[in-house]
Amino acid sequence: MKHDAFDVVVIGGGHAGAEAAHAAARAGAKTALVTMRKETIGVMSCNPAIGGLGKGHLVREIDAMGGIMGMAADRSGIQFRLLNRRKGPAVRGPRTQSDRALYKAAIQSLLSSQEGLSIIEGEVADLIVSKGQISGVELADGAVVPCRAVVLTTGTFLNGVIHIGDQQTVGGRIGDKPSVRLAERLRALDLPLGRLKTGTPPRLRASSIAWDKLEMQPADEDPALFSFLSDRPYVRQIACGITHTNQQTHDIISENLSRSAMYGGHIAGVGPRYCPSIEDKIVRFADKSSHQIFLEPEGLDSDTVYPNGISTSLPEDVQHAYVHSIFGLERAEILQPGYAIEYDFVDPQSLDPSLQLRAVPGLFLAGQINGTTGYEEAAAQGLMAGLNSARLAQAAAPVILSRAQAYIGVMIDDLVTRGVAEPYRMFTSRAEYRLSLRADNADQRLTGLADQLGVIGSARRERFHAKMEDLAAGREVLEGARFTPREASAAGIAINQDGQRRNGMDLLAFSDVDLGQIDALIPGFRQFTTETRAQLATEALYKTYVERQQRDAAALQRDEAQAIPASINYGDIGGLSNELKGKLQRVKPTTLAQAGRIDGMTPAALALILSRIRQDERRSA
Amino acid sequence: MHTIFALATARGKSGVAILRISGPSAHEIGVRLAGRLPLAGHTALRRLRDSDGALLDEALVLRFDAPRSFTGEDVVELQVHGSIAVIRAVEAAIAQTKMVRMAEPGEFTRRALLNGHLDLAQVEGLSDLIAAETEAQRKQAQQLFSGGMRDFAEICRIELIRATALIEATIDFADEEVPVDVSPEVSALIDKVIGRIDAQLDGYHAAERVRSGFEVAIIGPPNAGKSTLINKIAGREIAIISEIAGTTRDVLEVRVDLDGLPVTFLDTAGLRDAEDAIEQIGVTRARSRAADADVRVLLIDGSQEQGDFSPGVTVDLRYMTKSDLTGIGISALHGDGIDQLLRDVSALLSERVSGMTLASHERHRQALERAKALLVVAKTVFQRGDDGAEILALHLRDAVGALDSLIGRVDVEAVLGEIFAQFCIGK
Repeated sequence: MKHDAFDVVVIGGGHAGAEAAHAAARAGAKTALVTMRKETIGVMSCNPAIGGLGKGHLVREIDAMGGIMGMAADRSGIQFRLLNRRKGPAVRGPRTQSDRALYKAAIQSLLSSQEGLSIIEGEVADLIVSKGQISGVELADGAVVPCRAVVLTTGTFLNGVIHIGDQQTVGGRIGDKPSVRLAERLRALDLPLGRLKTGTPPRLRASSIAWDKLEMQPADEDPALFSFLSDRPYVRQIACGITHTNQQTHDIISENLSRSAMYGGHIAGVGPRYCPSIEDKIVRFADKSSHQIFLEPEGLDSDTVYPNGISTSLPEDVQHAYVHSIFGLERAEILQPGYAIEYDFVDPQSLDPSLQLRAVPGLFLAGQINGTTGYEEAAAQGLMAGLNSARLAQAAAPVILSRAQAYIGVMIDDLVTRGVAEPYRMFTSRAEYRLSLRADNADQRLTGLADQLGVIGSARRERFHAKMEDLAAGREVLEGARFTPREASAAGIAINQDGQRRNGMDLLAFSDVDLGQIDALIPGFRQFTTETRAQLATEALYKTYVERQQRDAAALQRDEAQAIPASINYGDIGGLSNELKGKLQRVKPTTLAQAGRIDGMTPAALALILSRIRQDERRSA
Repeated sequence: MHTIFALATARGKSGVAILRISGPSAHEIGVRLAGRLPLAGHTALRRLRDSDGALLDEALVLRFDAPRSFTGEDVVELQVHGSIAVIRAVEAAIAQTKMVRMAEPGEFTRRALLNGHLDLAQVEGLSDLIAAETEAQRKQAQQLFSGGMRDFAEICRIELIRATALIEATIDFADEEVPVDVSPEVSALIDKVIGRIDAQLDGYHAAERVRSGFEVAIIGPPNAGKSTLINKIAGREIAIISEIAGTTRDVLEVRVDLDGLPVTFLDTAGLRDAEDAIEQIGVTRARSRAADADVRVLLIDGSQEQGDFSPGVTVDLRYMTKSDLTGIGISALHGDGIDQLLRDVSALLSERVSGMTLASHERHRQALERAKALLVVAKTVFQRGDDGAEILALHLRDAVGALDSLIGRVDVEAVLGEIFAQFCIGK
């Protein structure tokens, strides 16, 4: 059976897939999302939470470009908490726990209301390649879906093996089959593959937990939402419980380490450093007598709780034992045991910066298949892969975000240039331009671009323009008023009497200034919205540092503007060490800037590459 | 990348001269001249011939394979007889292969730098080593050339990166269990690095003087015997380095190796209230030159009534002269007591040099000052508490960048041209 032809086929309905399908359709491509089970689209496989530090920044950026994760998180958010609230704006990360069911429903609703997007239920068994390019996919039932580009977002489904103690089952997620045939197809392409592992904790019955004994963590009174289109939470907020492991818990676990899939030697894959299993925590932080656990309700009407902090691959009986040793969980019922999953991933150095697989033009990879961990990291890649697959189908140039522009740019550059040695997760410290890449200014950085690309709707466009105008007006009012140090002091601002005149923005930059003092000096500032005032205060705070970094960014831009043609032959460049030749051939950098970031690159080698580019240009001129 | 060549030894007659060829065609050129090259890292005696087969010289040929060479490229070195004619002939033969060009000043070292064999401070150390005339200079240059600056930068870097990591942990892992109070350790680390930098800066002045030479001004009223003293020092058996003609009448500067330290003794115009305007200019200049010098030695004619003589500058050592007439002090004319004077000067300078550290170039001082300024600001931000964490992290990173610039890890281009101008061809 032949389906209609599509421009883009997205394989997989997880976070990367949903975002990719929506983005491709928004970009005007006729898109199909193929998933093994329609009703699992938008499922959160692990922690029922979105955002955090670094991750929250990614979600804001996805939203700024018209993506769906932010809106879905807002519609299902039941415990919004802004992390690092008391720290500087650049390192504040929005986060929320979500009602699983509402999140899934929101994603499915957003997908079904998107024009140009069809959902096909089925398993993709093979990719169809003709004349070296993707031309369609073949389903397990033999049906063929012709298309011009494919986005593969299979997450943990490729040769996924689930481990509970020494019990192994094949699966992409508990209750779901793995994608074995597709994995075989990818292996046949001879792509560099690796194997990773990740873990999840046991799920507990909420009504079997002694909540009244426990400390509770409430939601923020003044929540920070994800989407720039949201004003307030959509559903009621709840608190989550906090408890701790204790010595008894640790003893039970230590005695049974050999029965753990990860410690018993059953799993080969490399695990993440930063959300280790409880086994890892006990072993590596042996002198810590207790570890914190957050008891996160999975939904408003749900009886399931996700205990954040005790991921495990110990056998079920051990899980029962150690859970019951925990304060408040003495009678807790385990609804679903915790497990570890190992899965294949593709070395992302085989991708170009648009996330297209160099070996198979037209095939894009996004999400955990590229070695990342986390919904947000997956969704951000999905957004870019979806966008770029659509543009490929339309014969338009791909969109590449730079490290100076977005966390999305930082992540993709890290992946395709350096590869992954362990599951990649976003942190704010990965971004050199952290002070400019703030969660609060994601729209200012990206919505304009998204508008040019035609991937945002009119509601967002109007809101954005109104905000930018208000900001410009506010800035003008502030910059237009100048004050002597004495005048500033009179308003209560602690300032050196250095005789220098300063305008409103300069004064706002002082860290102990409050807006009331500015209002006293510049009454016209009062008329602006709370949001505009706060935004300008943040801008003022970081102004000098951002300008200082502008210079570095300029050098970066210059090197990014120097393209390296795909036809360059590194083997031919005399003077390049074999080691560097190998790396260059593996990564195939598209700009001099990207080449410079390759591990071990020397100035001499860069000079040689540049000189070869010039020579080639002259020869072909 | 072109293949380059140059004479590595000083031009002029000598027993042996070394010609160095570096680059992709180095081996082929070597074969053309010598017939057969030895194995990499080996030496062989060969007859060098030109393109017509005429014998140029019998020479020792050394061969190096990239990356195991000074420049990191393929290298061939020819040790020929050091006659001007032989050198010229061999250079001509090399040039005639048309596969090579003459090296620019410092180009070999530049390639070593670009290929990662040397860092920027090592390049400076090498330059200093070549320029070294005294033992103290040699030792100092050796330390720098051996990578002393890189070791210093590395220690500081490790400490600052640890501080940065602690700060980053409080930012990126705020919702997990990380020791919340990292301030004592971060504070201690920043202080430690500031201390290290201060030690370098304190020793900078002395180090810079060792490299470029101390100035000892001989001052005093007219006819105290200053010029006589200078001439006497110039005529002694201590290693004389150079005699530079002075810019004022009767001025002599003598540069000597004083116990391993490079010292220039300066004669100055006699200090008195001058009668004419021109002489007054000379006197003013004498005072200012003396004020700029590292040490001031005052000579007073012991055989004359001086009354109250005030030199107008701080004096470090004072001697009565003409002891041949008075029996006290020194005699510049006959040389009595000059040994003691030189020992006194040497002792004074050695004391200063004892605090000398690695930083000896202006470029070092600037990088260190920059790093220190960033760290001092970082401390202020830090003391303000939580809300500056991301700015603190930025300052720490920039401080690491400033220290990295000591060895040229960052933005080398701007500095390279200036340093390499110091080098002579062949190195």
